[in-house]
Amino acid sequence: MALTNEYIKQRLTEKFGDQVQGFLEPYGMLTFEAPKELNLKVLQYLFDEDELAFRFLTDLQAVHYPDNKGRELAVVYHLHSLSANVRIRFKVFTDILTPDVYSATALFSGANWMERETYDFYGVNFIGHPNLKRILNVDEMDYFPMRKEFPLEEQTRVDKDDDMFGR
Amino acid sequence: MSDQHIKLPEGSIEKQTTTLNLGPTHPATHGVFQNILELDGERIISAEQTVGYIHRAFEKIAERRPLYQITPLTDRLNYCSAPINNMGWHLTCEKLLGVKIPKRVDYLRVIVMELARIADHLICNSIVGVDTGAYTGFLYVMQYRELIYEIYEEICGSRLTTNIGRIGGFERNFNNTAFEKLEKFLKEYPKVLKEFENLFTRNRIFMERTIGCGPISAERALNYGFTGPNLRAAGVDYDVRVHTPYSSYEDFEFEIPVGSTGDCYDRYLVRNGEMWQSLRIIEQALRKVKEFKGKEAEVFHADIPEYYLPEKKDVYTKMEALIWHFKIIMGEIDIPAGEVYQSVEGANGELGFYLITDGGRTPYRLHFRRPCFIYYQAYEELTKGAMLSDAIITMSSLNLIAGEMDA
Repeated sequence: MALTNEYIKQRLTEKFGDQVQGFLEPYGMLTFEAPKELNLKVLQYLFDEDELAFRFLTDLQAVHYPDNKGRELAVVYHLHSLSANVRIRFKVFTDILTPDVYSATALFSGANWMERETYDFYGVNFIGHPNLKRILNVDEMDYFPMRKEFPLEEQTRVDKDDDMFGR
Repeated sequence: MSDQHIKLPEGSIEKQTTTLNLGPTHPATHGVFQNILELDGERIISAEQTVGYIHRAFEKIAERRPLYQITPLTDRLNYCSAPINNMGWHLTCEKLLGVKIPKRVDYLRVIVMELARIADHLICNSIVGVDTGAYTGFLYVMQYRELIYEIYEEICGSRLTTNIGRIGGFERNFNNTAFEKLEKFLKEYPKVLKEFENLFTRNRIFMERTIGCGPISAERALNYGFTGPNLRAAGVDYDVRVHTPYSSYEDFEFEIPVGSTGDCYDRYLVRNGEMWQSLRIIEQALRKVKEFKGKEAEVFHADIPEYYLPEKKDVYTKMEALIWHFKIIMGEIDIPAGEVYQSVEGANGELGFYLITDGGRTPYRLHFRRPCFIYYQAYEELTKGAMLSDAIITMSSLNLIAGEMDA
């Protein structure tokens, strides 16, 4: 039986009730979110069930939404079920003051550096990570550069009218 | 030591191991990699990799750029096969915008991508040869990489960081010289590749050095997120071109070479096998391209005035073309809001683009899934207990590209 998005959604709802929510299908990829305390439970469930078998972590990164009060940071997992060839996207949101999310390194060895990168750029504190330190930036850096409060260009420049060209 | 003749300085007996700093500018690492190795004699006890020496914050820069200005950034990821990165980025944008690409453009793209794959695998395999002490293969095949670069040059004007193609197609049609050079390549290259294989595949020294060197099991490889030739060498037949076809790869007939042990020798064999398959794909694509007749044979881009620059002579003579030209160049086009993940089979694994837009003129968030960043973390597991010289071969046979790793 082909693994359809409806079926995955049904299985998840059966297991976790209304704690998994926000089901969307942008460009055909099933996207949903769960409370951050549940992230490992959801990942483990998707990993263990033989019909689902999401055992390949394609990608892991964070997104910063400064206007979402209380859920500023989103950690996004892209999972791939190689046997059924289906991809899904799973998000957990966390507030920026206590950005603690459980680490997926016990489940996927590959998550190690991906989480370090996410920590490096967004400051997500992965609990249970064996070696959570900066990876691409210098160790002395004391801020998280990909957050939206660090705009790329000097904002006080007057020689450039940004309203016109919208960069 | 019971029979000691040499007087050793105080304290030198206690530390049994040697710490060796390999890199970041060591000639044997082929790039800016640093490895802090703990050695017992010549055996590796532990390795700690440091990356980030050429981190250029592409993801941050991309948040302030219109879509077409991000293509040159993708060149600088895996610079050994820049066209694949460019095409991956164009495909991501086209998926987001819902553009339908003409078949001829798809086939032309396939030709360019497979040429890039051959160029990348050539470098990787011949460098493995160099590291095992065989310089001949490297020097010999370089002239054919040169020919591939000449083909790029005919298509887009540049060689290494190509910035090839545009959102919607190519900036110009392939000219006759490009097709002539392609024919020449297809005619001459199989012989060269055969000779290259003769030099290495059953070479006693090469086999002794690479068999059993840096092996990984299929299960561990999947857990580490391996993709591309490195995963296939471990025996998993996962290929993005087959599993989620893009750019009309479903129209072509080719095989996925797989290995079994995941060691350096298998990786070498898989890459060689892929070069043969790439040649097959290019031949088929060239045949398909030649089947287009009349007006269809002139098509080299999709019709999307919002993103594809108009012809220069129209810009000077037509009002509408001038307006589009200005809007595109100044980055004044609003991108529709959306969230899209698109991946392509890069030369060293699944290269993914995760793009979020919020309706503004630049991406809200762009993340590159760089295959070698993800599989480099397995390096310690691959080399633990091996000799130092094996670690060097393992590193080059993983096809690590510093530019891609550090983004």
